[in-house]
Amino acid sequence: MEAMTPERPHPALLALRAEIKGIETGGRASREVLPFGLDAMDRRLPGGGLALGALHEVLGGGADAVHGAASSLFAAGVAARTQGSVLWCLARADLFAPSLAQAGLSPDRVIYVEAGADEGVLECFEEGLRHGGLGAVVGEVSRLTMTASRRLQLACEGSGTLGIALRRWRKPSDAARFDQPTASVTRWRVSALPSSPLPSPGVGRARWQVELIRCRAGAPAQFHLEACDETGRLALPADLADGSVPQTPRAVRAVS
Amino acid sequence: MALAQARAMTGALFTEEADPQGDLAGLERLALWALRLYAPIAAADPPDGLIIDVTGASHRYDGEIGLLEHMVLKLEAAGIKARAALAETRGCAYALARYGPERLLAVEPGGAGRALGDLPVRSLRISEAVADALGKIGVDRICEAEALPRASLALRFGHELLTRLDQAYGRTAETIEPVEAPEVIQVRRTLPEPVGAPEPLARLILSLTVKLCAALEEKSLGARQLDLKLHRVDNRIEAVRVGTARPVRDVKRLARLLCDRLEDVDPGFGIETLVLAAPSVQPLMWRPGAGDLIEPAKAEVTDLIDVLTNRLGGQRLYRMAPSESDVPERCVQKILPAAPPTGSAWPGRWPRPARLLTRPEPIQTVALLPDQPPVSFTWRGVRRRVKRADGPERIFGEWWRREGEEDAVRDYFQIEDEAGERFWVFRRGDGERPSSGDLSWFLHGLFG
Repeated sequence: MEAMTPERPHPALLALRAEIKGIETGGRASREVLPFGLDAMDRRLPGGGLALGALHEVLGGGADAVHGAASSLFAAGVAARTQGSVLWCLARADLFAPSLAQAGLSPDRVIYVEAGADEGVLECFEEGLRHGGLGAVVGEVSRLTMTASRRLQLACEGSGTLGIALRRWRKPSDAARFDQPTASVTRWRVSALPSSPLPSPGVGRARWQVELIRCRAGAPAQFHLEACDETGRLALPADLADGSVPQTPRAVRAVS
Repeated sequence: MALAQARAMTGALFTEEADPQGDLAGLERLALWALRLYAPIAAADPPDGLIIDVTGASHRYDGEIGLLEHMVLKLEAAGIKARAALAETRGCAYALARYGPERLLAVEPGGAGRALGDLPVRSLRISEAVADALGKIGVDRICEAEALPRASLALRFGHELLTRLDQAYGRTAETIEPVEAPEVIQVRRTLPEPVGAPEPLARLILSLTVKLCAALEEKSLGARQLDLKLHRVDNRIEAVRVGTARPVRDVKRLARLLCDRLEDVDPGFGIETLVLAAPSVQPLMWRPGAGDLIEPAKAEVTDLIDVLTNRLGGQRLYRMAPSESDVPERCVQKILPAAPPTGSAWPGRWPRPARLLTRPEPIQTVALLPDQPPVSFTWRGVRRRVKRADGPERIFGEWWRREGEEDAVRDYFQIEDEAGERFWVFRRGDGERPSSGDLSWFLHGLFG
């Protein structure tokens, strides 16, 4: 029997793949994505970017799991590159609006809602996702059960809105619970790294270690990046981009 | 005291004829004002008060005390000095507003009995004769009257006292006859059979909304506020009020806002009459859809804003806009979520922290004076060594806003520790003049 060439898979296999894709995208022809504009990142994501109409989780690494500073800027950078207004469901009213403007999210686009505890945030989060007229909805939640995230994911799929669950805890010890499974499509962890070196004393552009911990239909990855600029775009650090370090992101080194 | 005697005691006495009719008319006007501003059920309580059923209305004003404060301040701005009390029963609120210990008082649920105890019996809305008779037998406070046997009280003072006591303590119900605003567009439906289940109620609300929208369309109006009054079979009125950010005449949207609040309604033994009114309306003309050939029309989000505002209250939903100040706490102001785009941005390219602590937290530092950032600092019990720093960014006190800020100075530094975490710290004072600050250090924000 003749071996199948890798270029032309069996028609039955192709039909099966199309069917699986149809189930995954809920019957719609294709799923739109929001590229990061960085080849190194987009290559690692199915479809070449963050899926619109899907729920994504962002959490801070280390102390940022409690503070939620780097993770909120990462979320703001993503939301800034969508079209339309952004609903930001706050758990605590300590977000500083000028910093979002510096991450590309203009104050005219963001509607804040102080939703109180987790239940309130989830309620507003879902309401915003179901509306369909928003570019992105960000919800600051600590506990996110499988059922709750499934509801959010279905709401995203129904309206095509990008949902970002910003995981933020009250105590650093609680952050250990984040490995519980949820229905989100990707899960990111953003931790601060020492800033870009400057020729003179001072603090340079912030750098992050961005880990793609979980990705549906994709592999985990890890990137060293420069933080969002005023258009919400991330960048590869110059000392890495010039090729002194291999450009392909390394796999996750430690397994937790 | 006779007028002549009073005139003799004080030289310049301003007198005016009593005008009960005018007072009553004024109270009615105030009741209409309260109806528009606060709750669908409001009425004049002659000779000197207003009674408002604020069930479910306080979430818009930062809680119950916030609501009372808002009312009293609004009245004060109009030149009326007022006292306000909020309680479960009309009798208790009446007594506390007139004889209570404080100017603003909100009694928690279940606290009516305790709050009433110390008040004079006069505050029970009883006639002068009964109050005097009670005084003669040594009963001055409500708790004393409450402790007496009911049968003898009824024999001696009549049923009025017992009724008022029961009403104040919430043992018998008391209804408020709400004032009705004239010329308000409203539709009414009386049911042949009382209805209590939420689904039929939702259907009834939908059909009422259709009628109301037709009435609004005749006059080219859109609703900014809707009041739904549900008359229960036991004569109580349950009321729901919803507001919108812009004039709306969309049946689906309005019905959704009303049905969203239906879970707060207690139908009791059933609802027999529904009244839907639009107390606040604005002109709403048909306009062709916005949009042009270059950009697609922007999605409308006001309906989402309405849903969330009616659910959570207006204070909890906002946009941030730049405000003219360099002090971080004052450089943002909250604006209405549906306000038109301001188009302004914060000036300057100094990085700003993603999270600003609500209150700057004191830190222990090792730092050189006058202009050096800290070498190390301790925050929340963790000592961190500073690797890199930027600053100082000097912010001066705003003497035109607050007294005592003439000399105040804050020197802000952006610092980074060994792990790469970045913080926003400041030192009070410029390090040279003691009047500018006491040189203590604070952590104010966290960078991402």
